[in-house]
Amino acid sequence: MDEQDEQRELARFQSIIDDDGRIEPRDVMPEGYRKTLIRQMAQHAHSEIIGMQPEGNWISRAPSLRRKAILMAKVQDEAGHGLYLYAAAETLGADRGELLDLLHTGRQKYSSIFNYPTLTWADMGAIGWLVDGAAIVNQVPLCRCSYGPYARAMVRVCKEESFHQRQGFEILHTLSHGTEAQHAMAQDAVDRWWWPSLMMFGPRDTGADAAPGGHTEQSMAWGIKRFSNDELRQRFVDMTVPQAEALGLTLPDPDLRWNEQRGSYDFGEIDFAELFEVIKGNGPCNRQRLEHRVRAHQDGAWVREAADAYAAKRAADRTAQGAA
Amino acid sequence: MSGASAKLSDASRSAAAPSEPDTSALFGYVVALADDALISAQRMGEWIAASPQLEEDVAMGNIALDQLGQARALLTYAGEVEGAGRDEDALAYFRDERDFRNVHLVERDQRSDFGVSMARLLFLSVYQHELYSRLQHSTDETLAAVAAKAVKEVDYHRDHAMMWVLRLGDGTQESHRRMQSGLEAEWPFTEELFDDTHVDAVLVEAGVAVDPGALRDPWHKRVAEVLAQATLALPEVPPAVTGGRRGIHSEQMGYLLAEMQHLARSHPGATW
Repeated sequence: MDEQDEQRELARFQSIIDDDGRIEPRDVMPEGYRKTLIRQMAQHAHSEIIGMQPEGNWISRAPSLRRKAILMAKVQDEAGHGLYLYAAAETLGADRGELLDLLHTGRQKYSSIFNYPTLTWADMGAIGWLVDGAAIVNQVPLCRCSYGPYARAMVRVCKEESFHQRQGFEILHTLSHGTEAQHAMAQDAVDRWWWPSLMMFGPRDTGADAAPGGHTEQSMAWGIKRFSNDELRQRFVDMTVPQAEALGLTLPDPDLRWNEQRGSYDFGEIDFAELFEVIKGNGPCNRQRLEHRVRAHQDGAWVREAADAYAAKRAADRTAQGAA
Repeated sequence: MSGASAKLSDASRSAAAPSEPDTSALFGYVVALADDALISAQRMGEWIAASPQLEEDVAMGNIALDQLGQARALLTYAGEVEGAGRDEDALAYFRDERDFRNVHLVERDQRSDFGVSMARLLFLSVYQHELYSRLQHSTDETLAAVAAKAVKEVDYHRDHAMMWVLRLGDGTQESHRRMQSGLEAEWPFTEELFDDTHVDAVLVEAGVAVDPGALRDPWHKRVAEVLAQATLALPEVPPAVTGGRRGIHSEQMGYLLAEMQHLARSHPGATW
């Protein structure tokens, strides 16, 4: 492609973006757009597979067989989400093995929320309700992301996530209306997961602890990101407060109150110093999560190598048969 | 053991019609089937988020879910047969170790090695396929219905295990060695699958239960075919002395149940 063709193709890219259309894998796109998307989809995929651990932690101890089945299916869905998202990243020329390597060596991140421990059964409810709830608020706009394969993967992911969120709500509802000990377990889980859930939307849009760099602005211009962190966080709070009331549980924020003028809930200061510590690797479970992931990958290396060797042998057999 | 139970059922046979074997024998049979599925699901679930690749996390999750579904249907039925008001959770969470009737094959720790797990899954799924394909013709309608669904599920489990045994057996030198040692590790615990001392002869005669001993030859033939194709040797390890069907388990069973049951038992009477 000569320079003139390339300019024409890039102009076509921009007009698709401007018309709110979808970019497809074979379309010409700026290198920055490709890189941004690969990184975002990979980090999203990493979050799904690391997120299997805190919930996987309770599969063996789920308190009824029905709950055990639901939880197993949920963690399995997360593996499925990881698969779609790595596959979506591969449409842009990335390789799953290389992306996993970036995760395993700490060069790519995953959502910091999964660096918190799941200490009681009620955490399965709180994760479903709050963490999946926050993820949905973050992810619904991605169903309209300008990159087609990502947008389509997100449609399916969001459907399953909303199912998970209802399950989480239902776990907490049962606990909240159960015995005194169960109610206390539910309240304790909400106390621990509320603030980390608010941090899932990332740093504030403006002010001293705003996100550094121009990622957000560029991502908005490219139709990858549609709303700012603070807009999404507010949407989550407004959606969640009435649900907490329905659950009969208290959100641990004395400053939380309805603001008639804004038509939204005001809420207290988020401890972003904690968020930055967790991002830096000093959360309660950062090392544990990554070590577990790396160990599973290393322990399974001989299995993957065997599968490759077997496939190569069978391919050679077919070639030999074809030649004969 | 078998003599005593045969005698007991002879007595009950004279009292009841042959189509209505005594409920404690049926309860014991159904619980043994359920416990194999339940405890296997518990172990299989340990692989989720720890398997060699993402596709395998999904596959092992599927298998564990199928087994758990079979266990739930069977435990629910066992509770109905017993008629004492116990549901699936009462049976899963509030029975003590000595009342579990699963084979040792499914209860031992397998986390360390994928080859061990695939050897176990091959042995179990070939057995369950032979079992359920016969049990779907049971004269007991509930068992027939559970088996008709389960046979399709375990067909997939068997296929999955066979594919991995082939890949690992005929993959690399290391995978061949590890698959072979997985087979040797699990082989001693396969004989217990064919132990018929816990199955009341009346149940077999009435066409309710499948005689486990009758499954040995077809099982052996199928397993030998797969191992030959995978360039693996049929293990020549003697059977282990076991007692799962009588409630005598391995030391690891206590830990498995402690983990599985502790939360439910910490809150007796609670709803989840």
